[in-house]
Amino acid sequence: MKHMQTSRAWAWWLAAGVAVAFPFAMQALDETFYISMASRMLIYGLAAVSLNLVLGYGGLVSFGHAAFVGIGAYTVGILITEGVPNGWIGFALAMAIAAAFAAVIGAVSLRTRGVYLIMITLAFAQMVFYLVNSVKAYGGDEGLNLSERSAFGLGLDLKDDTTFYFFVLALLAACLFGIHRLMHSRFGRVILAIRDDEVRAESIGYPVYRYKLILFVMAGALGGLAGALMVNQQNYVSPNLLHWTQSGLLMVMVILGGVGTLAGGLWGAIVLLTLEDVISEYTIHWQFYVGWVLLAVVLLAPKGLAGLRWPRRRKDGRP
Amino acid sequence: MTGILLLEQTLNGLQFGLMLFLLASGLTLVFGIMDMINLAHGALYMVGAFFAAWFTSLTGAFVWGVLLAVPATAVVGMLLEATLLRTLYARDHLSQVLATFALILILNESVRMIWGSDLALSPPDALAGPVELIPGLYYPSYRLLIIGVGLALAALLYLLVVRTRVGALVRAGASNREMALAMGVNIKWLFTAVFGLGAAMCAVAGAMLGPLLAVQVGMGESILILAFVVIVIGGIGSIWGAFVGSLLVGFVDTFGRTLLPFLFREFLPPQWAAAAAPAVASILIYLLMAVVLFLRPQGLFAARS
Repeated sequence: MKHMQTSRAWAWWLAAGVAVAFPFAMQALDETFYISMASRMLIYGLAAVSLNLVLGYGGLVSFGHAAFVGIGAYTVGILITEGVPNGWIGFALAMAIAAAFAAVIGAVSLRTRGVYLIMITLAFAQMVFYLVNSVKAYGGDEGLNLSERSAFGLGLDLKDDTTFYFFVLALLAACLFGIHRLMHSRFGRVILAIRDDEVRAESIGYPVYRYKLILFVMAGALGGLAGALMVNQQNYVSPNLLHWTQSGLLMVMVILGGVGTLAGGLWGAIVLLTLEDVISEYTIHWQFYVGWVLLAVVLLAPKGLAGLRWPRRRKDGRP
Repeated sequence: MTGILLLEQTLNGLQFGLMLFLLASGLTLVFGIMDMINLAHGALYMVGAFFAAWFTSLTGAFVWGVLLAVPATAVVGMLLEATLLRTLYARDHLSQVLATFALILILNESVRMIWGSDLALSPPDALAGPVELIPGLYYPSYRLLIIGVGLALAALLYLLVVRTRVGALVRAGASNREMALAMGVNIKWLFTAVFGLGAAMCAVAGAMLGPLLAVQVGMGESILILAFVVIVIGGIGSIWGAFVGSLLVGFVDTFGRTLLPFLFREFLPPQWAAAAAPAVASILIYLLMAVVLFLRPQGLFAARS
């Protein structure tokens, strides 16, 4: 985490500059389609960053994160369908309901560890998946089409792709900054201590389970936020968003970018979705080639892309 | 009438459970012995089904299709183990998830490139009709064949693992890998063999279930999760646990789907019952797994002490 403070600050400012300039460049080139695509990448990035909170910092392998994203998406989708397009209500409820689910799922799951944690979070996510599938009133397995996006007032028109892009960017930046501060706070230090040696943290006197649960709920809430954005971006939500392969995809993004690094999930999402878009221009069999790239990353860059770029900055050598 | 329905559903549950066992047995051994999360196990099931459909259309006989698909899939499995998966045993679970997820993408698309998104596979004509088991109970003969094959393979696997020297090595590896290594077990060879066996079992399941479900790309993903549920319930690394877990999941799922609608109609307004019953039925096995994990985190029959 230290890397963000001084030596890599320039990299963050550079990334921020590129991100802000991007839509204007695309407008100048008359390629506005890419703005919407970039929004999608940032949203997946936010989802992956929220997963990294538990996966990377907490060391808790949750294989059901798509459930929280899906709950957030469905909350906003259902509200809009029911004639409540107010974004403040929608986004707050999306995060609150996702957090509530995370609290229940975490309360049971976090009593287990290792492989069993992976499997029990997967089981809960599957339950939510089938639950959503069976709600015929809101599309069932066909999903929910939306005619409008959330409305926030304040002159924000999210139907405009550039406005939406900056809306997503601002939220993502706020989340990254928040997580950065969080991980440097007392709470964050305790979380890392628990990840590195749970028994030690417990014997010092920290209520380990409670800390883990709070972290899990935070990650769930941020996942819900990503879902709320996702349904707005696509004007559509279907149970596929909660399928276990989506949880796997988010995990892949985090691992690809670098587990336990602040923006690893974001880079992973950008790289993976760019690969998908570029390769699918040439062949319908893009998954074949993406698979080989992922495999190469596992075999050649065990710590993800972040580990490739700054090999000597990692002090503790942990992922 | 109700008695016959129950009996029919019992046979359905048994048939589903036995096929799950074929998948779960390989998965639990790989998981238990190599400590490896193999998400690509479901892809081998798909490969087996496509091989079976392809060989059946080439030879014109379902039997030959299945008999050729089994060794072919085993070879694919052993090749994967020897070239790629072997390097992953020492890695953490996250790397294994990423690598085998990548393998799913590669295998899915390879199959699509070679054979297309789906292939037709139908059971042999001789087994197309139903048989009257007891007066009033007509049961599809093909499903009876599946039950027979499943039981025979389960018995064979049991004998292999419990009664033979290879089986003793496998059990030793599952209960304590380091100790087995220290005692001089040739782990490399054993791992490849176990993987080939698991792939062969996948192929049987894929070939037998192909005519009932559908031979298509992506068929492995949904059933893979069920197989994981089975081995977690049964206890990772335990063949007996996989067997009990498979039947448990098979029965709970089958009975849930047939009995819950009746049950819900008794207590709920009809439109609620119609909506709630299928949802609860699909959730039932995951609920079962969560309860088992909560009460007995190591599963019903833990292989490791």
